Amino acid sequence: MYTTDLSGKKKAEAVAEDPAKLAAFEARVAADDFIEPKDWMPEAYRKTLIRQISQHAHSEIVGMLPEGNWITRAPNLRRKAILLAKVQDEGGHGLYLYAAAETLGVTRDEMTEALLSGKAKYSTIFNYPTLTWADIGAIGWLVDGAAIMNQVPLQRTSYGPYARAMVRICKEESFHQRQGYEIMMRLASGTAAQKRMAQDALDRWWWPSLMMFGPPDDKSPNTEQSMRWRIKRDTNDELRQKFVDISVPQAEAIGLKVPDPALKWNETRGAYDFGAVDWEEFYSVVKGEGPVAKERMQARQKAWEDGAWVREAARVHAEKRAAAKLAAE
Amino acid sequence: MDALVTYALRLGDDSLVLGQRLSEWCGHAPALEIDLSLANVALDQIGQATHFLALAGALESKGRDADQLAFRRDVMDFTNCLLVEQPNGDFAQTIARQFLFAQYQTLLFAEMARVKDERFAAIAAKALKEVSYHATLASDWVVRLGDGTEESKARMIAGLDWMWRFADELFLMDDVDVAAINAGAGVDKAALTAAWDSRVDAVLVEARLERPPARRAIVGGRSGRHSEHLGHMLSEMQFLQRAYPDAEW
Amino acid sequence: MSDPNKEWPLWEVFVRGKGGLSHRHVGSVHAADAKMALEHARDTYTRRMEGVSIWVLPSAQITASDPADADALFAPAEDKVYRHPTFYKIPDGVTHI
Repeated sequence: MYTTDLSGKKKAEAVAEDPAKLAAFEARVAADDFIEPKDWMPEAYRKTLIRQISQHAHSEIVGMLPEGNWITRAPNLRRKAILLAKVQDEGGHGLYLYAAAETLGVTRDEMTEALLSGKAKYSTIFNYPTLTWADIGAIGWLVDGAAIMNQVPLQRTSYGPYARAMVRICKEESFHQRQGYEIMMRLASGTAAQKRMAQDALDRWWWPSLMMFGPPDDKSPNTEQSMRWRIKRDTNDELRQKFVDISVPQAEAIGLKVPDPALKWNETRGAYDFGAVDWEEFYSVVKGEGPVAKERMQARQKAWEDGAWVREAARVHAEKRAAAKLAAE
Repeated sequence: MDALVTYALRLGDDSLVLGQRLSEWCGHAPALEIDLSLANVALDQIGQATHFLALAGALESKGRDADQLAFRRDVMDFTNCLLVEQPNGDFAQTIARQFLFAQYQTLLFAEMARVKDERFAAIAAKALKEVSYHATLASDWVVRLGDGTEESKARMIAGLDWMWRFADELFLMDDVDVAAINAGAGVDKAALTAAWDSRVDAVLVEARLERPPARRAIVGGRSGRHSEHLGHMLSEMQFLQRAYPDAEW
Repeated sequence: MSDPNKEWPLWEVFVRGKGGLSHRHVGSVHAADAKMALEHARDTYTRRMEGVSIWVLPSAQITASDPADADALFAPAEDKVYRHPTFYKIPDGVTHI
């Protein structure tokens, strides 16, 4: 999930706050009221939100890269236009989210610097490579599917600007998962080579997709506070289970096999039992040891550095024009 | 080949190749907002390509659709102008290409929107709205970069210098153009040069840039004689269709 | 690498969804000048035919009320129910009023 807390296992530090203000704040949040930028808020709330929203934004921006890898190789004009529009949407979503975080008193440049210096995290899923066209299908279907599951409830998150960004994002993303599933469907019913491609993509993306929901609940110490503050609406394990229950029949419907020998329908629970996620891999990827983590960071750094002279030139031009206008008055 | 088929192909290939080039920027632009702008321009071009190539396929009536034309022809059968296939280079080079081409497309489609052949006129009328914005966007950037820092100015000059060689080809008239005009679909491109010159010059003046000196034009795109760059672009763009010829996507 | 003072300024974006509606705040963009802000607003916020007109203004130019003054500013309106048409009882048979 884009919004999973990847800050580590440490519990958030307590800051001494005015008890009366804190109580009033907690009461407002509990009453489903929205908190707006200029409202009083506890420092821990502000910090947690900045971290979560910027992490979400970074994920959108880094997430442009694995799919962007196939825009120039999309197999026909329709797919090319759809994929380009989708990746562009992700850039837009990053933009909305950065803007939401900026209302909390952090600049976009500061957030960008945190990303490029490796200080800020982003979703682990984007540190896996896109090897074939089927990966574009798998990402749309599974990765966007997982993201939607977390983002829909966040439309009612307690922080107004974040909630409004999520409303816009959810509206725009509604086609993303469908286009991914459509790609997979087409491949799964295509030639033997295409079918192989589709199954291979599912094999590689299934477990990283389950990791997107973040560490198991007993290893996620800030969940309780985040849920009280309505910046998280369900626990990691609840969402993971929901995702498995929804995705398995979708795979079966197009004749693909989920790569989990332990996967089994549990009649009593009314849910699928599934195998253990490799959490060691997850924590390594969080630390920056994903297969293409270096490539992703290098691409972002290059774009930022190569663009520096452009951003500078526009700024200088604006200053020149403003000065000339002033002189003419 | 029927002249109108070739005429539609040329229009489609111009947009396709430019759209493909611009899409290479996605995820790598100098600022997030610029990333979105470039993607919008690319999407417009890919849309135009789809319309013109579909029209070419229909006029040809050999059962080839837009995708077959885009993904199953080799370099010598591509008829785009050399300008659009030029590499992105830095942002200034991309802007130079976009600026020169969008000014041309705006004039071309304004005329084509009025031709007798409704198929061409309809695509042109829709595309005109798109490319007018592209021209504004690119012109604004030429001004910012030309009249920005010393570095941006040097880069803008270099970008224009790279692209200027291929500008004359835009207005070159041959038998296909004449036949298309006679058929009520084509535009007299040679007649657009004066307006193009004055629009380009006006922007260059605002950008405090000199007009690049006249030079020998490099041509050949319309007859399939391309630069080295196009082959590489096609090998990437057409990879899946070539590697899996029986597949549907 | 990133002097925060040198970042392109932030602009607030307002879009008129269709004729007859007022401009509504939809979000923000960074841009070096007003024209760029309009272009960025167009490319960011009207990709799905969301608008027919755009306003942009530098975020720094907005003066906002302070939430701490909310009671003083807005609570006095609470008991002025006579400003609302539902305050007045009109017999059922009377129309056009």
